[in-house]
Amino acid sequence: MSETINLTLRVWRQKGPRTQGSLETYKAIDISTDMSFLEMLDVVNEELTVDGKEPIAFDHDCREGICGMCGVVVNGRSHGPEKGTTLCQLHMRHFSDGDTIFIEPWRSKAFPVIKDLAVDRGAFDTLIQAGGFVSVNAGGAQDANCLPVPQEDAEKAMDAAACIGCGACVASCPNASAMLFVGAKVSQLALLPQGKPEAAQRALSMVRTMDELGFGNCTNERECEAECPKEISISNIARLNREYFKAGLFSSVM
Amino acid sequence: MNWFTNTLGSSIGKKLMMAITGLCFCGFLVVHLIGNLTLYGGKDFFSAYVEHLHSYGPLVTVAELGLLALAIIHVLTGLTLFFGNLGARPEGYKVNKNAGGRTIGSLTMPYTGILLLAFIVLHLIQLRFVNYDETMTVFQNVSNTLSQPAYVIIYIAAVIVAAIHVSHGFWSAFQTLGANHPKYMPLIQGVGIVFSLVVGIGFGLIPGYILSL
Ligand code: SF4
Ligand code: FES
Repeated sequence: MSETINLTLRVWRQKGPRTQGSLETYKAIDISTDMSFLEMLDVVNEELTVDGKEPIAFDHDCREGICGMCGVVVNGRSHGPEKGTTLCQLHMRHFSDGDTIFIEPWRSKAFPVIKDLAVDRGAFDTLIQAGGFVSVNAGGAQDANCLPVPQEDAEKAMDAAACIGCGACVASCPNASAMLFVGAKVSQLALLPQGKPEAAQRALSMVRTMDELGFGNCTNERECEAECPKEISISNIARLNREYFKAGLFSSVM
Repeated sequence: MNWFTNTLGSSIGKKLMMAITGLCFCGFLVVHLIGNLTLYGGKDFFSAYVEHLHSYGPLVTVAELGLLALAIIHVLTGLTLFFGNLGARPEGYKVNKNAGGRTIGSLTMPYTGILLLAFIVLHLIQLRFVNYDETMTVFQNVSNTLSQPAYVIIYIAAVIVAAIHVSHGFWSAFQTLGANHPKYMPLIQGVGIVFSLVVGIGFGLIPGYILSL
């Protein structure tokens, strides 16, 4: 038998990118503790719709923690209070009957609010584009193992590639910096032989674009690492710094 | 040289400047602390140290100008980063919560920095820009200054602020330089904490010692 709880929600409502928003209060009644946070919002939205009111806009897609679409700040914590969890994988059993929950969108100059809890993370796409391409040989498939990659490097590259681009690192960073995201994206290629030829160009271009997009400057607060649903380590930020210094000071890329 | 200023001008480049100048100041703190510890050896021992230091003549001036240059870079870059970061989140959160990454040191970095700057100016006015002669030796000035209760409070507060600043600054500088290694990072963080405690206790006990003389 699943338990049910009643909650008070304080949700950020904002009609459009250029309008003023405010926190509105809603009741979430008879919420099964087996529901995910998004399912709880679905229930609230159904009631709002039945009442002829505008449902709360929020982003989501896979609902299984792999796509990176979901994400809001719950009581001051990106993706809620659980470690290594996306919002869609956060279950209501982590809340108690009678709780008041504050729900706010990611806050960053680079991620403007589109509506309510949905923000425009197009800046991340621009960053990925700035990363450019990797050279991969076309033609017949290569013989297995002719490009040896140490197991440790493969593991580290995989860990970095686990980033789903959700933006929680920016949202939770006291400086709204995108260093963890860029660190992960630069690392996953810098560690592998396939990414080497363009490494210098990639590091310089991604860092410059990151600055232009209006993200803040990292001050090693480590909040990103603590909030990242994929637990991306800040050692990737250190690697980004190394790649950047190498590219800026010792490569011939301008 | 465009490539050079471009590299240093980015967010990571500015952090690099903060890290290098910050580590230089950590080095300065060590030297300054070792020098000040001669106070515990009594008046003559301390005066001998002062004399020895002054015997370097122009080298001291060069060192002072170097420190001034480091300070200008550190303060101006720090302020640029600080104001840039305020602009990166124009609308803040209604509810803020720490996820466990921040420390008192990291949270207060810009503020402890500004307080330290104010203290250093005061400190220089009181102890550096003074005409020293036989009637006013460095030791006399130190013990006169440290017998004013108001100054002692400011001094101890500043030492605590410095320790807090260093507790984040030390390991953070290594991370910025890219020196994050699974074998050495815990050591670097440990050294940072021990270093901030040594700075806090080493400098912080001086007024107590002077008063007990
Ligand atoms: S680094 Fe983590 S928090 Fe940042 S976008 Fe990637 S998965 Fe999300
Ligand atoms: S909806 Fe895809 S990660 Fe949450």
